[in-house]
Amino acid sequence: MEHIRTTKVEQVKLLDRFSTSNKSVTGTLYLTATHLLFIDSSQKETWILHHHIAAVEKLPLTTSGCPLVIQCKNFRIVHFVVPRERDCHDIYNSLLQLSKTAKYEELYAFSYNPKQNESEQVKGWQLIDLAEEYKRMGVPNAYWQLSDANRDYKICETYPRELYVPRTASKPIIVGSSKFRSKGRFPVLSYYHKNKEAAICRCSQPLSGFSARCLEDEHMLQAISKANPSNRYMYVMDTRPKLNAMANRAAGKGYENEDNYSNIRFQFVGIENIHVMRSSLQKLLEVSGTRGLSVNDFLSGLENSGWLRHIKAVVDAAVFLVKAIAMESASVLVHCSDGWDRTSQVCSLGALLLDSYYRTIKGFMVLIEKDWISFGHKFSDRCCQLDGDPKEISPVFTQFLECVWNLTEQFPQAFEYNEVFLLQIHEHVHSCQFGNFLGNCEKEREELKVKEKTYSLWPFLLAEQKKYRNPLYNPDFLPELTLLEPNTVSFNFKFWRNMYHQFDRSMHPRQSVLNLIMNLSEQNKQLEEDIKELEAKIKQRNGQSDVVLVKEHQQSAHPAPVALKTPPCFKKEQPPIPGNDAVRTIEGSNTADNRYSELVSEFSKAEPAVVSLEYGVARMTC
Amino acid sequence: MEFSELIKTATVENVLLSCAGLPAVRGTLCITSHHLLLSSCPGGDVELWLLIRNVDAVEKRLTGSSGTITLRCKDLKVLQLEIPGMEECLNIASSIEALSSVDSVMMMYPFFYRPPSLKLEEGWHQFPLEQYFQQISSQVMLRSSQPLTGPNRRRCREDETLLGTILDEGERGFIIDTRSAQAAKQARMTGGGTEPKSSYPQWRRLHRPLERGRPLQESFAKLVEACSDPSLSMDRWLGRLESSRWLSHVKAALSTACLAAQCMDREEATVLVHGAEGTDTTLLVTALAQVILDPSCRTLAGFQGLLEREWIQAGHPFHLRCAHSAYSHARLKQEAPLFLLFLDCVWQLSRQFPFSLEFGERLLLSLFDNAYASAYGTFLCNNEKERSLCKVKESTHSLWAWLNRPEEQQKLLNPLYSHNALVIWPSVEPQSIQLWQGLFLRWIRPSQHLDEAWAEIQRLVEENNAPAKESTGNRLSQSLSDPTAGVS
Repeated sequence: MEHIRTTKVEQVKLLDRFSTSNKSVTGTLYLTATHLLFIDSSQKETWILHHHIAAVEKLPLTTSGCPLVIQCKNFRIVHFVVPRERDCHDIYNSLLQLSKTAKYEELYAFSYNPKQNESEQVKGWQLIDLAEEYKRMGVPNAYWQLSDANRDYKICETYPRELYVPRTASKPIIVGSSKFRSKGRFPVLSYYHKNKEAAICRCSQPLSGFSARCLEDEHMLQAISKANPSNRYMYVMDTRPKLNAMANRAAGKGYENEDNYSNIRFQFVGIENIHVMRSSLQKLLEVSGTRGLSVNDFLSGLENSGWLRHIKAVVDAAVFLVKAIAMESASVLVHCSDGWDRTSQVCSLGALLLDSYYRTIKGFMVLIEKDWISFGHKFSDRCCQLDGDPKEISPVFTQFLECVWNLTEQFPQAFEYNEVFLLQIHEHVHSCQFGNFLGNCEKEREELKVKEKTYSLWPFLLAEQKKYRNPLYNPDFLPELTLLEPNTVSFNFKFWRNMYHQFDRSMHPRQSVLNLIMNLSEQNKQLEEDIKELEAKIKQRNGQSDVVLVKEHQQSAHPAPVALKTPPCFKKEQPPIPGNDAVRTIEGSNTADNRYSELVSEFSKAEPAVVSLEYGVARMTC
Repeated sequence: MEFSELIKTATVENVLLSCAGLPAVRGTLCITSHHLLLSSCPGGDVELWLLIRNVDAVEKRLTGSSGTITLRCKDLKVLQLEIPGMEECLNIASSIEALSSVDSVMMMYPFFYRPPSLKLEEGWHQFPLEQYFQQISSQVMLRSSQPLTGPNRRRCREDETLLGTILDEGERGFIIDTRSAQAAKQARMTGGGTEPKSSYPQWRRLHRPLERGRPLQESFAKLVEACSDPSLSMDRWLGRLESSRWLSHVKAALSTACLAAQCMDREEATVLVHGAEGTDTTLLVTALAQVILDPSCRTLAGFQGLLEREWIQAGHPFHLRCAHSAYSHARLKQEAPLFLLFLDCVWQLSRQFPFSLEFGERLLLSLFDNAYASAYGTFLCNNEKERSLCKVKESTHSLWAWLNRPEEQQKLLNPLYSHNALVIWPSVEPQSIQLWQGLFLRWIRPSQHLDEAWAEIQRLVEENNAPAKESTGNRLSQSLSDPTAGVS
C-alpha cells in the first residue's frame, strides 16, 4: 500500500488506559494493508482494523518517546509510546490515510476472503429472506399486498424494491403520497401483528408546511386505518420533540394536521435528533475515558451527557407504540424527519417487544435486515464508512443495541442471544468487513454488487452461535405474540460498561457468570445427548440380541455398576469447567490495576527495600 | 411497664392493607406486644405478620371518618393501612409508635421469642475469639481506637512499647487512620489524636477519611428517598443518586480496605487501623480487608465468624447505630448505617467475584434486616458487657442457630461458589461500582424475572452436580437392568 511508509516498529510501549501510572507492555507494532497489529513480549496480539479507527492523535514528545493515541469506533482506546518521533510520525500519517477511505471499493469487505466458494457465498446472502419474513407475519393477506410501485426505485430511492401497502392504496395514491413526503418515503408496512390485525407502518414527515394538504396522502392514511378491521382509529407517532417538528414547518415540512386526516390520533414522543445524540455520546465518552474519576464526577458526567435520558426516550416511545397495538389493536404510523433514524429505532424496538421471534438469534438478524438495512438507515453516513461529512455521524444504531441490552437485563430469560451477540454486531457494523451494512440503502448496495463481491455477516454469526446463546433462554418464557412489558422507571437504565469499556479489562467483574453458565448448560446438553445416544444404542442392542444382555444381566447381581463402571458419558466431565481456563481466571485482579495502590507504591519507591508491586497476576484455574 | 398499657386499640375489623407490587388485602388488624397482624376476612389466613420493632416511621392521614396509616419499615418496605373510624386510626397509630419506640433491650422481642425448633444455647459459642490469625504471612492486622495524646501531646511508654514489640527491628508498619489528617489533629482538642512519628518511628501513618455518623445516616436517607420516587426523570434520578453520595462512600470504604489489604499482602507489612473510637469505620476496614484477603472469611461459616469477631464482639454499637433506619423522622441520636455500608461493599465484591463467596445476596439482606429488627439476640446491645448484663446469651436465641439450620442454609448459599484461595482485588472505578438494587429497590422494582433467572441458574448448576449425574447414571442402569424396556 502506498500509504505505508513504515511497516514495523520495535520497542513500542502499549499503556494501559486505566491502571496505575505508566503500567505498560513492550512489543512490536506492525502495519498491514488492513490492520494495525501489536505483538507484545508475551506474544499476545492486539489487532485493530483500520476501518475501526475513529481518530488518531499524536501527543507532545516525552522522555520515553512519542505518544500515539488511537480511538476506535468500538470504543477501544489504545495508547502507544513509540521510541523515535520519526517512526511515530510515519505511523501517524499512514493511519490517517488508511483509516479514511474515499471509495466503497476500498473497504475491507471487498478484499476480505473467508475462503468460501461461490455457492456458499450465494447461500450466505440467501439466509435472510424478507419475503419469507413478511409471510411469517401473515402478509400478503386480505388487507395488505405487495406493491411493485418501487420495483425500479422510481418512487423512493432509499426504500427497498419490495414494499407492502394496504390493498386499497392504488398506485396513484402511492405516487401522490410519496410526493408529499420527505425523500419520497411514503407510508409502508413495517410489521404486521396477525392476532390483533394491527400494523406498524413507517414513513417520513409530510411536506405540509403551514397549511399544505395532499389528498392522496390523506387517502393513504385512511387506507392504513381501513386495513385494520379491529380498530378504525390509528395513531400517528411523530418521534421528534414537538419544537423540532414545528420548526420544520417553516421549511415546508412538518407534521400531520389532525383536522385533515380522519380517524388519526397524533402524538409526539420527543426523541432528539442525530446531532444531539452525537454530542451526547461524545460527552459520555469524555466522562468514561477520564482516569481517576470520583463516583460523583462520574454520575454527574453521566447525567450531563444526557445519554441514558435518550436511551429511556427511545424505549418509552417503543412502549407507547406497542401499547397502542396490544391494548387497543390500533395500527400505528411512525415517522421522524426522514424516517430512517428514530423511526427505525422505534419500529424495530416495538416489533421486538411484540414478537418473540425477534428475540431469537435468527429473528434478530431478520429484524436488523428489515427495519435498518432494507429501509435505508444510512449506515455509511452514520458510521462514517467513507471520509465524509462529520455532521452525518451519529450513534443511532448503537442506541438501538443499547435499548435491547437494557431489555435483556430486565428479562434475562426472554432472549435467545446474549450480550456478546450485540457487541459482535456492533463491531461489524463498523468493521466494513461484511457487505450487509455497506452504503446507505439497498439501491446503493445493488450498484456496489455487494452480494457478488462481498460476504454476508449472518452465516458467520450463525456458525458460531454457541458463543452468542443466552444459557438462561426459555422459549416458553412468554407465549408467542405476547407483549414484553418493560419497566421504564429511570433506575432500570444502566450504564453499559461492557460496551463502553469492553477493552478495559480491569473494570469488569473478574469472574464471568455468563461464561460459567454457558459452559454448564452446554455440558448438561452434552450429557443429555450422550444419554440419549446410549439409550438408543441399548434399544438397538436389546432389539438385536436379547440373549446377550439377559446373560449379562444375570451375571451381575447389581446391574447398576455395568453402566457406572465404564460410563462413556462421563468422560467429558473431568474438568468441571471444560477446557477454557479463562473462564475461571481472575486475571486483572491485581492491585497494580487498581488505583488504590498508588499511595503505597510512592511510599515503596522511596524505600527500595520493599518488594516490588509487580507481583504477578492473581490466577486461578479450576 | 406493661405492653398492654401501650396498646390503645388491639383489633380493628375491615382494614385494607396495601403494599407496592402486591394486591391489596382486606381483613382484621390486630396489635400484640411485638407484632402487627392482619388476617384476611374469609379464611382467616394471616396475610401480614410484622415485627413492630421493624417500623421506622408512622404517618397518619385522616379523611372523613376513616384514616390511612403509612408504615415505613426499617427494612425499607412501605405498607399502607386504611382503617375505618377516626379514633381507631389514631389509636392504632399511637400504639404502633409507642411499641416501636420501646428502647429497653430486655423488653424486646428476642427475649420473648421461643421457637420450638431451636435450643436457647445453640449458636452462641461457636466462634471463640482466639480462632483468628492472619495466616497469609507473618504480618498481622491490628485495630484500636485513637491514642489519647490530647492537646499537650502526651506520650504513653507502654503504648509505644506495645506497638514497638509488634515489629521486628528494621520492620515497618502502617497505621491507617480513617479520619482526615486535619480531623485527627483536631481530635487532640478533645483528648484524642494520632501517633506522632517521633514516638512511633517504625510506623508510617496514612489518612484515609471515611464518612461516619450523621452525614452517613443522611446519605442513606437521601438514597432511599431517591429510590422511592419512580416518577423521577433520568436527570433527576442521576442527580439524586449523586447527591446522596452513597456510592462515593462505598468506593471510599472499598479503597481503604484494599489499601489495608495491600499493605499486608504486597508490602508484607503489619497494619494498624483506627479512627476515633475504633468501633465504626475501623471495623468496616478491618472486616472488609479480611474478606478481600482471606478465603476462609468468604465461606458461610467463616463470614459469620468474621461478623461475630469484627463487629459484634469488637463492640460495634448496634443498638445505637441501628435504632432507626432511613425513614425515621425522630431526632437522630447516634444512628449511622456503617454495618449496611459494610454489607454493600461485600455485595460489590460478590458482583465482581461471583464465584468467590460461598453465600449469596439473601444472607446479606437477612443480616441487614436482623441488624435493624430481629427475633434473635445476636445484634442486641452495644457491646459484650451490655450483652452479658442483659443475659442476652442466656435468654435469647442466636441468629446463627437459625441461619445454620440445613433448610435455611440451603437458601443462603451461592450455587456458583467454588473455593478461591487467592486475594480478591476489586475494581474501585466508579464504572464498576453499582447501586445495590436488591436492597435499595427490593420492594420497589419488579423482581420476578430476575428471581426466575436466578432459579434457572441454580437448576443448571444442580443438574451439573454429582447427584444429577448419578441420576442420569441411574436412568441408564435402569434401562440396562430391564432388557425388555426398549423393545416394546
